[in-house]
Amino acid sequence: MSEEPVVVALEGVSKSYDGGATFAIRDVTLAVRRGEFVALVGASGSGKTTTLKTINRLIDADVGSVAVAGEPVDTLPAHVLRRRIGYVFQGIGLFPHFTVTENIAVTPRLLGWPRPRIDARVRELLDLVQLPQSMAERFPSELSGGQRQRVGVARALAAEPAIMLMDEPFGALDPITRDALAAEYRRLHERMGLTTLMVTHDVLEALVLADRIVVMRAGEIAAQGSPRELLTHAGDAGVAELMDMPRRHAERLNGLLRDAAGTHG
Amino acid sequence: MSEQLEAAWRVLPEYLGEHVVLSAASLALGLAISAPLMLLALRRPRVRWAVLAFASVVQTIPSLALLALFYPVLLALSAAAAKIAGVGFSALGFLPSLLALTLYSMLPILRNGVAGILNLDPAVIEAARAVGFTDRERLLRVELPLAAPMLMAGLRTAAVWVIGAATLSTPVGQTSLGNYIFAGLQIENWVFVLFGCAAAALLALVVDLLLGLIESGTAERKPVRIAVGVAALLAGTAAALVPRLDAAGGPTYVVGAKNFSEQFILAELIAGRIEAQGADAEQRVGLGSTIAFRALARGEIDVYVDYSGTLWANVLGRTDTPPRDEVLSVLGEWLEREHGVTLLGSLGFENAYALAMRRDRAAALGIETIEDLAARAPGLTIGGDLEFFDRPEWAAVRSAYGLSFQSRRQFQPTFMYKAVADGEVDVISAFSSDGRIAAFDLVTLADTRHVIPPYDAIVLLTPQRADDPLLRAALEPLLGAITVETMREANLMVDRDEDKVSPEAAARWLAERARLPDLR
Repeated sequence: MSEEPVVVALEGVSKSYDGGATFAIRDVTLAVRRGEFVALVGASGSGKTTTLKTINRLIDADVGSVAVAGEPVDTLPAHVLRRRIGYVFQGIGLFPHFTVTENIAVTPRLLGWPRPRIDARVRELLDLVQLPQSMAERFPSELSGGQRQRVGVARALAAEPAIMLMDEPFGALDPITRDALAAEYRRLHERMGLTTLMVTHDVLEALVLADRIVVMRAGEIAAQGSPRELLTHAGDAGVAELMDMPRRHAERLNGLLRDAAGTHG
Repeated sequence: MSEQLEAAWRVLPEYLGEHVVLSAASLALGLAISAPLMLLALRRPRVRWAVLAFASVVQTIPSLALLALFYPVLLALSAAAAKIAGVGFSALGFLPSLLALTLYSMLPILRNGVAGILNLDPAVIEAARAVGFTDRERLLRVELPLAAPMLMAGLRTAAVWVIGAATLSTPVGQTSLGNYIFAGLQIENWVFVLFGCAAAALLALVVDLLLGLIESGTAERKPVRIAVGVAALLAGTAAALVPRLDAAGGPTYVVGAKNFSEQFILAELIAGRIEAQGADAEQRVGLGSTIAFRALARGEIDVYVDYSGTLWANVLGRTDTPPRDEVLSVLGEWLEREHGVTLLGSLGFENAYALAMRRDRAAALGIETIEDLAARAPGLTIGGDLEFFDRPEWAAVRSAYGLSFQSRRQFQPTFMYKAVADGEVDVISAFSSDGRIAAFDLVTLADTRHVIPPYDAIVLLTPQRADDPLLRAALEPLLGAITVETMREANLMVDRDEDKVSPEAAARWLAERARLPDLR
């Protein structure tokens, strides 16, 4: 893995919304290699979403440099950059006046793909995100929350991006749908050789899905490492506390399971 | 009753056509101006604030005042244009109405447009940016389509407002369905008033329905509905435009009239005589007193009837009151010299300002002259028409006789006569040729000090038509042909409550009674 080239590189990136009085992120430096699945975790307001959005320029950094595939992101128009990067977020943001097919096809159309290629790609994506082809002509208002986010993932993948940015992508879904979709996405990530950066406030989700976890606190990176590394030696107390929570849950769950097993003989 | 309805139907194509053209043009212009302003306002909060504040302020100006204010503004602009480019433009009629209504249409379009787009689901906007729409693509393919129902709702509100407010363009000389309402109010012809209101309401309803069809078509992606709505609106506007293009051929004489019955009847009489000569005549009725004269001097109307004393006091600014003939000759010379306006001659009767009281009330108080009135005035109430108290004649009478009333009230002339008859006021500013003086059994008070100037009804011609043979042939037989009794009777036919007839019918009666030579 470590020989893979860096495809997303943040170098000393800062962003302030109040002219420098306070910083949403401060001096963030982060390198993501091709094929990596990186989770950004931290409390609300720790700067994980801001960090993510500087990559596809939904937010422009004040200081520092952001490069995608070796190219600084501000060397080309924002819309050109964004058409190359998949983006999935909690709000989903399907276009209500477009059908499922039109929603999925939106970026390929902007890129001017020929019609047959778009049609084939939409069919392929519906299968990939496990939606029946019969939904193709429905409008978003006719879908369930889980189905909508499947369309959201399909739309993000439509133009065959190498990089996926995900901001609490499954946060608004019920736990079962959420778990299933997260696991499915992880398989897609493997199968398609994607590079994924995912923001989540759910440490357990991060531990289960990610190759590497970046812990953010007050706009800065507090710690990073593989799930195993962070669980064993977390660094400072705050990070340890964050990592401790899933562990405590797991231990209590194990206890319950043992008791249950005992009761049933 | 049926004669009045018939008269109303007869002018409907003209009034409705003008109304539709004016409303459609105002809405189209309003939309054309609002659209780029809206786009600018969307991306710039400061522009947004300024634009919406301006549109809101415009909305608070009463529509009638907004329309009236454009007349002097355009007059000044036209004079400036004439100086700079050598060509002026008409400050009367279509242009001031168009501008005022355009301004009026902007607030709902702007406010709904801006609110519609700014209040879209932020997640959808974020997604639109993230999938790689440019700003322009996002606007055209996401924001505008999603805000379309709000935009259309704004347009519908604007359409209803404009169609309603267009009825107020009559006093600035633009023909509209308001002609029914303004004329009807003056001559107490409620059939006309109702007819005008109903026609305007119906037009607004139909347009709203068609725009609603387009709206639901956009919302539900039914192109047929959109096409039907758009086609019907365009067809209606086109149908209204056709007679305009048609009439552009021959020479058209524009006859003006101020806003009371006698003026309406005389305008009908003059228009009828011009048409009998084989020319087209168009009427601009319901004009304000000074607007009428200025419009004539500028050639925006060709002919109208004014009163010597009115011009003497208001236009010449004279306060002395020489005898009738002297006023006429001095006035004639002055008009010719200062404005190039021709005083063709007097119709033969006077319509003077007079103070009038109910006969029994005057007798009880022992009042026969204005002098008698002055002694009792502190305990009495006077009613005047809307302009009377601001006219120099009133100032002259008041100071000459030392009149000081307990209170004074202003009325539409129609209601003024009612008020004195019902005893709501004691004295009114009546007109000597008004049939209602006799009908309501009023007496006029003698002006023993000769403060009120003579008010001969005189025919005035615009400078451009001074030597127009057709106009002269049509109008010269009218000079000296109408007695005050005849005029009173004609006025009463239109003003009375029972058996009321349209001004057009009264004009026909007047022509017969005055034994005018048949021109055909």
